[in-house]
Amino acid sequence: MSHSPYLRDSRSVRQIMLHVLLALLPAIGLYVWQFGAGIVLQLLLASVTALAAEALMLKLRGKPLGLYLGDLSAVVTAWLIALTLPPIGPWWMVVLATSIAIVVAKHLYGGLGQNPFNPAMVAFCVMIVAFPALMSQWPAAGLDFQHQLDLILGGHRQLDAITSATPLDALRTGLREGGADARVAEILQGPAFGLLGGSGWEWIVAGFALGGAYLLWQRVITWHLPAAFLLTMAAIALLLWGMHPERFASPLLHLASGGTVLAAFFIVTDPVSGATTPKGKLVFAGGTAFIAYMIRSFGNYPDGIAFAVLLMNICVPLIDMYTQPSVFGHKRGAR
Amino acid sequence: MMLDRLFKFHGGVKPDSRKSDSTGRPIAQLPLPPQLVVPLHQSIGGTPRPLVRVGDRVLKGERIGAAEGAISAAVHAPTSGIVKAVEDRTMPHPSGLPAACVVIEADGEERWIDHGPLPWQSMPGDELRDFLRDAGIVGLGGATFPSHLKLRPGAKPTDTLVLNGAECEPFITCDDMLMRERAGEIVRGATIMGRMLGARRVMVGIEDNKPEAIAALRAAAGDGIEVVAIPTLYPAGGEKQLLRVLTGVEVAAGRRPVEYGLQCFNVGTAYRVARAIDHGEPLLSRVVTVAGNVERPANYEVLIGTPIDALLAAGGPKPDTDRVLMGGPMMGFALPSTAAPVIKATNCVLVGSPTLLPPPRPEMACIRCGTCSRHCPADLQPFELYWFGRSHNFGKAQEYHLFDCIECGCCSYVCPSNIPLVDYFRFTKSEIWAREREKAAADAARVRFEARNERQEREKREKAEKLAAKAAATRKKLNDGDGDEAAAAESTASPAEEAKKALIAAALERAKQQKSQVKPRNTDDLPADKQAEIDEIETRRARAARHDAVKPPEQS
Repeated sequence: MSHSPYLRDSRSVRQIMLHVLLALLPAIGLYVWQFGAGIVLQLLLASVTALAAEALMLKLRGKPLGLYLGDLSAVVTAWLIALTLPPIGPWWMVVLATSIAIVVAKHLYGGLGQNPFNPAMVAFCVMIVAFPALMSQWPAAGLDFQHQLDLILGGHRQLDAITSATPLDALRTGLREGGADARVAEILQGPAFGLLGGSGWEWIVAGFALGGAYLLWQRVITWHLPAAFLLTMAAIALLLWGMHPERFASPLLHLASGGTVLAAFFIVTDPVSGATTPKGKLVFAGGTAFIAYMIRSFGNYPDGIAFAVLLMNICVPLIDMYTQPSVFGHKRGAR
Repeated sequence: MMLDRLFKFHGGVKPDSRKSDSTGRPIAQLPLPPQLVVPLHQSIGGTPRPLVRVGDRVLKGERIGAAEGAISAAVHAPTSGIVKAVEDRTMPHPSGLPAACVVIEADGEERWIDHGPLPWQSMPGDELRDFLRDAGIVGLGGATFPSHLKLRPGAKPTDTLVLNGAECEPFITCDDMLMRERAGEIVRGATIMGRMLGARRVMVGIEDNKPEAIAALRAAAGDGIEVVAIPTLYPAGGEKQLLRVLTGVEVAAGRRPVEYGLQCFNVGTAYRVARAIDHGEPLLSRVVTVAGNVERPANYEVLIGTPIDALLAAGGPKPDTDRVLMGGPMMGFALPSTAAPVIKATNCVLVGSPTLLPPPRPEMACIRCGTCSRHCPADLQPFELYWFGRSHNFGKAQEYHLFDCIECGCCSYVCPSNIPLVDYFRFTKSEIWAREREKAAADAARVRFEARNERQEREKREKAEKLAAKAAATRKKLNDGDGDEAAAAESTASPAEEAKKALIAAALERAKQQKSQVKPRNTDDLPADKQAEIDEIETRRARAARHDAVKPPEQS
């Protein structure tokens, strides 16, 4: 026999995940417009792999297939992976990454709700450590779909003509090669850069921001995580740019390139592996932005968000423990 | 005087209130049932002592149970008739367990005891409070705490008397209708209670989804009574939540409002106080909402002790009814039996159906989304408590303030994974209580055991000393008779060894006696042929047992 409350609100995990998928659509549309339809194939590959891997693992673990397969959390993971990998990577890359995320990072840790690490970021880190060269091949603007399809499905990879570095990568390389004489302003004249960040990327970033606004409006996420992430990123960038404008990129570039906006609204907002208290969310997202900036600017990888997220995931139990909100009747004023 | 501003409590939910279903008709009188079952225990505290016996004739309003102990309130015969039984009957409680009730067969005459207005203004406070106790006045918001105990001015003078007319649970409209129809008497009750407490001001908090009730009370309220519309947000009717909204005071855990100069009563209680003092009427009836899956949702004035079945008959349950709740859908409970009586705590009988109160969807894993903590009016982290409860980490659950949970159900209501969080908290709480009881029992047992050990040690010591003394005395006697030789030999042994020797001797003697008492078994001394026969039987038996074991089970 069931007990009170006998009424339930209607929103389910499936609906929450649907909102997230919906929120990703504007950015995906802009992605296709800017870089071609290759990304759609990648999204499809990732989704199919994720659902297959999820079904397999649920069956192996003896869990109800319909209940958990329908929650769509695997599809969200899949889409985030597809959107963080280069759209012209060979097909097996996205399949492998998605499998790692679902099988290892999610189900080996106990499935939905149990994973201490963000599955999409685990997959990204494995891929960038294992295949650094493939992971840095991004399509040059105007690469047609047929060409993209060939690349994805295993065609001959004639790279220089068709790929371009990501803005952060170009910046790093520029600073390295230029040595002490390098100037950020000169590097930014290069073809990889557009109005704000990477050429074409400012549109996609706007798409992610739009999706983020939708999630905030739908109360799927709270303001704490994106605000802390973006503000911390901007603050550190502003500080270092203010001190050495010739050596460090502007806050605007940091916000508009790499995965900053995607991470702020879709990655650090993963509830399972992130902090949960209001103050804890500020600490978690702020810490992630800080580490990401440090890796970006001083480390060996073009972008450090994935590593930063995993590092902060480890700290979540501690953050949550020390940021518990005061309970009614135990507040400082109440005596 | 208008209120400057309202305060907020954290969280809360806004379920569909469904109140207009049952506010379309005025409060109706339920016909007198042939038999009334009045439970003796209808308030928090001691069970009243029965004052009537089987066969007694009782009048309407006659006291049939006297308050017992410091916290208790009387119960009364709701109509005139004959006591048919004083026995255990099924109670309206989730357990459905029976408890002592007075069963009265109504004679249909409704003959009252002598009753009339009380000269309350000239009465000493204690006498007035005793009167209310004997009139059976208890909190009608659901907690049924004896009201007279809350009408004693505290150490700190009472600043504000708050009447709770929030009625935040969906479907329930008994307070709403009472305020609409009997606002004058509610105001009268509030005035009396305000005087008893010496309150500086009186406030009535009503959720703003009850504009008619607000208007009625405002029209009836005189000077010094503020009728405040508060935002509709479940659980605004929780005592601490309402006090927070109206006064901004956050009553700390484990403290009572009176310690802050506040006191809070349900509007229904105020109405009953006025009836008791102005008319001498004890608490014999209350307004009960019948709503949900019924043909005629409405409010009824119901005598305490009326079978819930009679109320259901008035409401007319629809064919797909699958259960009946007492209380609202958020905090009520399913009645194991509708034969149970209406009691002072019965504010609503909610009839459910699979469409109205759908069965819970399958429970999924917690994704730590934190929706529950955003809606918890106690600022708890329900999902953390859920993890701790599941892993039996009871210490951590208490550290995270499990016992500040008021079981309002907001967390379960919003959980996207359909986790019955409140059920987990009820379970964890009862486990902790059980453990504490066990620990207390174990502590008591340990103390008992240690005391027993000590006593046994002491007795042994005393016995040994006595024996030693006896031995010494005997020896002395022997020495005196047998001369110096034995004395020289004996004197080398120390007194301690003497005592030990005496103990050993005593033990040997006891053992010898026990041995001689043991009877030989009749199989101990058998002739050889008998023994062989027995052995053969045993072997056969063992074989039979083996055979049974391998035999396939018989088909039936």
